[in-house]
Amino acid sequence: MYILKRQKKYDVVIVGSGAGGGMATKVLSEAGLKVAVLEAGPHYDPANPDQLTQMKWPYHSPRRGAGTSRTFGDFDMAYGGWDIEGEPYTRAEDTNFDWFRSRMLGGRTNHWGRISLRFGPLDFKSKSRDGVGEDWPIGYDDIKPYYDKVDKLIGVFGSKENIYNEPDGFFLPVPKPRLHELYYKKGAEKAGVKVMPSRMSILTQRINQERGVCFYCNQCNRSCQVYADFSSGSCLIFPAQKSGGKIDLYTDAMVREVTVDGNGKATGVNYIDKKTNLDYSISAKVVVLAASACSSARILLNSKSAAHPNGLGNSSDLIGKYLHDSTGGDRMGFVPNLMSRKIYNEDGVGGMHLYSPWWLDNKKLDFARGYHIEVWGGLGAPSYGFGFDPNYLNSFFGKPVGGYGDSLRQDVKKYYGSLVGMSGRGESIARKENYCEIDPNKKDQWGIPVLRFKYQWSDQELKQAKHMHDTFEEIIVNMGGIPLGEKPGRDKNFGLHTPGRIIHEVGTTRMGDDPKKSVVDRFEKLHDLDNVFVVDAGPFVSQADKNPTWTILALSWRTSDYIVDQFKQQNF
Amino acid sequence: MNRRDSIKYIATGTLASGVLLTGCDWAEKEEAVVKSLWKYKYGRTPKEIEYDNHLLSQQFFSQEEMAMITQLGHFILPANEVGNIEKAEVPDFIEFMAKDFPDFQEPLKEGLTALNQRALTEFNLSFVKAEKKQKQQLIDPIAYPDTVTEEFLQQSEFFTLMRNLVVTGYFTSEVGLKDLGYQGNQPNVWDGVPNDILDEHQMEYDPKWTAHFLDIEKRNDVAQWDDQGNLIS
Repeated sequence: MYILKRQKKYDVVIVGSGAGGGMATKVLSEAGLKVAVLEAGPHYDPANPDQLTQMKWPYHSPRRGAGTSRTFGDFDMAYGGWDIEGEPYTRAEDTNFDWFRSRMLGGRTNHWGRISLRFGPLDFKSKSRDGVGEDWPIGYDDIKPYYDKVDKLIGVFGSKENIYNEPDGFFLPVPKPRLHELYYKKGAEKAGVKVMPSRMSILTQRINQERGVCFYCNQCNRSCQVYADFSSGSCLIFPAQKSGGKIDLYTDAMVREVTVDGNGKATGVNYIDKKTNLDYSISAKVVVLAASACSSARILLNSKSAAHPNGLGNSSDLIGKYLHDSTGGDRMGFVPNLMSRKIYNEDGVGGMHLYSPWWLDNKKLDFARGYHIEVWGGLGAPSYGFGFDPNYLNSFFGKPVGGYGDSLRQDVKKYYGSLVGMSGRGESIARKENYCEIDPNKKDQWGIPVLRFKYQWSDQELKQAKHMHDTFEEIIVNMGGIPLGEKPGRDKNFGLHTPGRIIHEVGTTRMGDDPKKSVVDRFEKLHDLDNVFVVDAGPFVSQADKNPTWTILALSWRTSDYIVDQFKQQNF
Repeated sequence: MNRRDSIKYIATGTLASGVLLTGCDWAEKEEAVVKSLWKYKYGRTPKEIEYDNHLLSQQFFSQEEMAMITQLGHFILPANEVGNIEKAEVPDFIEFMAKDFPDFQEPLKEGLTALNQRALTEFNLSFVKAEKKQKQQLIDPIAYPDTVTEEFLQQSEFFTLMRNLVVTGYFTSEVGLKDLGYQGNQPNVWDGVPNDILDEHQMEYDPKWTAHFLDIEKRNDVAQWDDQGNLIS
């Protein structure tokens, strides 16, 4: 293979431009370091009119927004999906894992749910509490100052609640709940389930002059053109460029491996320029991997050399192990009181205005960890699929289902906004038996060996999913609603989604103090090398029932500060 | 891709390799095709534009089938003061979906053929030429999936699919959104559920929560906090 050499030498090369990579780009460049950022997809700016989908109407798409082209529909801002042409992955026999990738500047931060939760003190020390899994080597106090800084830099709305394991932060004001959310609150509180305002990185109030304020279109998954929600490009990378950072962005750059010198020290990375299919090498004093937990594991495992025959940083043989995703279960209910509603603009922010944090003590339960409940429903914008089986709810009133004509039209209007849904998102246990590894028999379109996944839920997750569904039914009934569909039984894994489907896959380069039992140290540096760091969700030892992004950001900032400090001490 | 490239692309690319627009002269249709390709601007990647154009420059249903789809659309959701199925561009949408989601092709084509055959057998007329009453006689036995008889099972599945596509196509159109009364997708400031609606549902905002709510007058003030995380401006 002929590899072209980029002549410019960098202090740091960052692989990936999502939450972890974006934060590293900002912090390292603002410290004056020369930074190269490699992104496997194209450039993307939420304000670019050629790429913009925000405020488009369903009829601007010939498929009315259907998910036949983009996984989550035509207007969703993820270039990628579960299956990407030319970039396959495989699964070991009898297991299932779905791997979502978004190939674009900013990665999955462009379409994510913006649910921005801190891990609490208990979440870092779960094993000490219940004997399952492993404790993090660091605790809440180590990361708290960085959560605080992330809150102020990026902006998150929320309410101070003084709940020990749901730490408060520096919050913006919260939007008032929607009507169906008030129904949920009533139903949930009657079931003893705590309800509180949600915490999301959407600007309900201005935080600076560079970013706009939310105008309530409900479309954060399309990424905001006035930068009123958090996306890595609009909130981290572009501001760092504007403030004069020495940043070179390499887009459509697919990293093959980390390169090392004769002493086994990292010297940079090799990548394929997707536009020309040419191989390049780029050299830097420090390599920061932020390609997403599984992609970073893949790069490390594929970086084999005489000094590191088992892959880079893999002396523990643990890279790829302890892969875990959030648990997920969903249920929908029909609330007759919400039929024939008065219609008003109920768009609000992109997502729920309230939610339920984990509210129970696991000592009294038959599973180890908790889940939170997200709520959905309301008078949202119709998109492809709206009006399928338009009047099946007639069956609850002994009226005929189907038909045609003006009565059908009236049925559609009558039932619009009468459904309320719930999604449980919980903590799974990180297990060594769940992992990704290199498939020796398959390569992607550039000849890079691909990942093979092996993953199975344990009883812990199944029991948790059962508990979710019992809770959902109770809440729906308390709301005066009717749970729709059958409650999933054991034969359907209690409705537990396939691992990977919640898109919170973490844990593949776990953090720890013992190099035999972990891959990176407290500052996300490979135990085996002094100049390679991992700042995506790979280092997560466990992931609570909380969405990983806020913790990725805080850890990446902390690690970047450490890297700057090491540069000052001339250690690279 | 600019307009000129797009025309060049149509002339040399998709049309040459794909199914040609049935029964029409290319020169005549050029302007119509270009118009349809340029109608949809919704933030596509170059690859997505290519794929959309590939589908848009092919024709799956025959003119007769399109006429049937249009009439079925009118039958399922009759015109009213807001508009109609054609203004909602439902037939175009169904034509597109048949190409975009090939699993629809067989059930739709076979369903249309069988329905037309029933019209010919019963009334010696094509479905399109049948009177409204006659259409009703053909559709009633297949319009209610819960009570359909064995012999009409397949026709009923076809009609359910057609109804789904018509209803979703209509209510995602400019006309249908207006008919539904959807008020959103425009910049606004959310300040909660209107009071009269709260009253109607006997709901109120939890007084313990009100201190946390956004004061919409202050949303343009740059946020500042004290050391304890209390918002002070």
